[in-house]
Amino acid sequence: MAGNRKLRRQYGRDPRSLFLLFSVWSAAFLTVLALFFMIAYILINGIPNLTPDLFAVRYTSENVSLLPALINTLSITLLSLLFAVPAGIGAAIYLTEYAGRGNRLVSMVGITAETLSGIPSIVYGLFGSLFFVKYLGMGLSLLSGALTLSIMILPLIMRTTEEALQSVPDSYREGSYGLGAGKLRTVFSVVLPCAVPGILSGVILGIGRIVGESAALIFTAGTVAEIADDIFSSARTLSVHMYAISGEGLYINQTYATAVVLLGFVILINGLSGFAAKKIGGTHADR
Amino acid sequence: MRYMKEKLMKLFFFLAACISVAAVILICIFLLANGVPAIREIGIFEFLSGTKWKPANNLYGIFPMIIGSLYVTAGALLTGVPVGILTAVFLARFCPKHIYKTLKSAVNLMAGIPSVVYGFFGLVVLVPFVREAFGGRGMSVLSASILLGLMILPTIISVSEASIRAVPESYYEGGLALGASRERSVFYAVLPAAKSGIFAGIVLGIGRAVGETMAVMMVAGNQAVIPRNVLSGVRTLTTNIVLEMGYSTDLHREALIGTAVVLFLFILMINLSLSLLKRRMK
Repeated sequence: MAGNRKLRRQYGRDPRSLFLLFSVWSAAFLTVLALFFMIAYILINGIPNLTPDLFAVRYTSENVSLLPALINTLSITLLSLLFAVPAGIGAAIYLTEYAGRGNRLVSMVGITAETLSGIPSIVYGLFGSLFFVKYLGMGLSLLSGALTLSIMILPLIMRTTEEALQSVPDSYREGSYGLGAGKLRTVFSVVLPCAVPGILSGVILGIGRIVGESAALIFTAGTVAEIADDIFSSARTLSVHMYAISGEGLYINQTYATAVVLLGFVILINGLSGFAAKKIGGTHADR
Repeated sequence: MRYMKEKLMKLFFFLAACISVAAVILICIFLLANGVPAIREIGIFEFLSGTKWKPANNLYGIFPMIIGSLYVTAGALLTGVPVGILTAVFLARFCPKHIYKTLKSAVNLMAGIPSVVYGFFGLVVLVPFVREAFGGRGMSVLSASILLGLMILPTIISVSEASIRAVPESYYEGGLALGASRERSVFYAVLPAAKSGIFAGIVLGIGRAVGETMAVMMVAGNQAVIPRNVLSGVRTLTTNIVLEMGYSTDLHREALIGTAVVLFLFILMINLSLSLLKRRMK
């Protein structure tokens, strides 16, 4: 009670402070409320609609199965990572381990990576359809979509790997050289293993972007609702599937259910990245 | 043998580092090569300032879409920025320790939710709400602005929070020592010092709002005319591309790529101001 009176006296004399405190709390409350309302709304409307029909192997306009899209999402994710992860890690290794101080390429890569991460996904989609689909003749296919997405997530993976490599102390490298290891061996058996949690968190964030992407895929991977036979056939991912069925207005319940599956994915990915972040914190504490 | 391997791997790393440079160059070349001829054929002035977009009549003016993008971005800033900055202040300065983790992961989750899910939520909740509360068809500048405001929140919150945390503790303590309340110290001493970081967050938010496609398309109504008020439908640069790309041919198709060129230039300008801001922060 005493504390309460003290508080009242303090804020009674200073209404502006009270107002500031109030607005800060209510803004935070509003943010959380908006998120939880959205998630709750989708879960409540979606979970009852998660019927076995939605997980049929073949898509028909009657069952509106999301399973093919789900499988396509997994394959496009794997395919994109296959391109983006080696490229991103390789680039980061060059920038931190090989390029000397004041190397022109380092600043060029920095600027272009920043530019890439600011480009809207629809521009990527358009570029993909001009370059991969038409110019290189890959057609609307998983491959075109995956290549487009891998350019999109490249800066993310490069940046996180770079940060992780930079945080490996130089004494590790010197120790390795001192034991007679060459540069390549030092990189692969000493530096890179220390940076794994950081790289992993970048990869997980990348997966999150791939799973959620739709605008960049419509004109590169296309909208065929079947499981892709190979990487040269067109296929829709879960996000594209959700967009496609929401537009038709006939499948509102199935759209809710698809949203639930998509949200589940995102929550899982977020949990994993939180876990990876904790791992990074752990290695810092060890030092 | 070992020497060869070292050299080869170094070459691989070097090539990997060149990919992002090559990608930017390729994107520029392909957009410009496919978009600029169309803009030239239509006439750059007619293209940018023409108010009629009627591909069937060979009228390609993207002025309504430019205005549309500006409107919804401004609307997103009006709704997203105040809430975002205040939430960042809360997280950095006022948040009780035991709820911080939950809040932080909630913000991260918000950033990870796909834009189709946002768009669908806007379609089933926001659009009917706007229709009931304010009239009109519901698909409007207002709906798009609120939705985009929500979508740029996590960007603004995380960047602002980091820059508020980067302000030295002595600013806050100095404020307290001069007899200011906790709130006044934060708002009049700490926040001004974090100004350029917060601006960087806002600019990033602008980039996201201008570039957002699917969510806007689902709630904005997409009429290619300049909106008369906040309850009219609106079409942005991004949605113009997605809506018509699927069936367009010839000049129409190239005009859409021209739209992407304009969008790309907008984004480059935003990126440029962002890097200028970052340089000032250092």
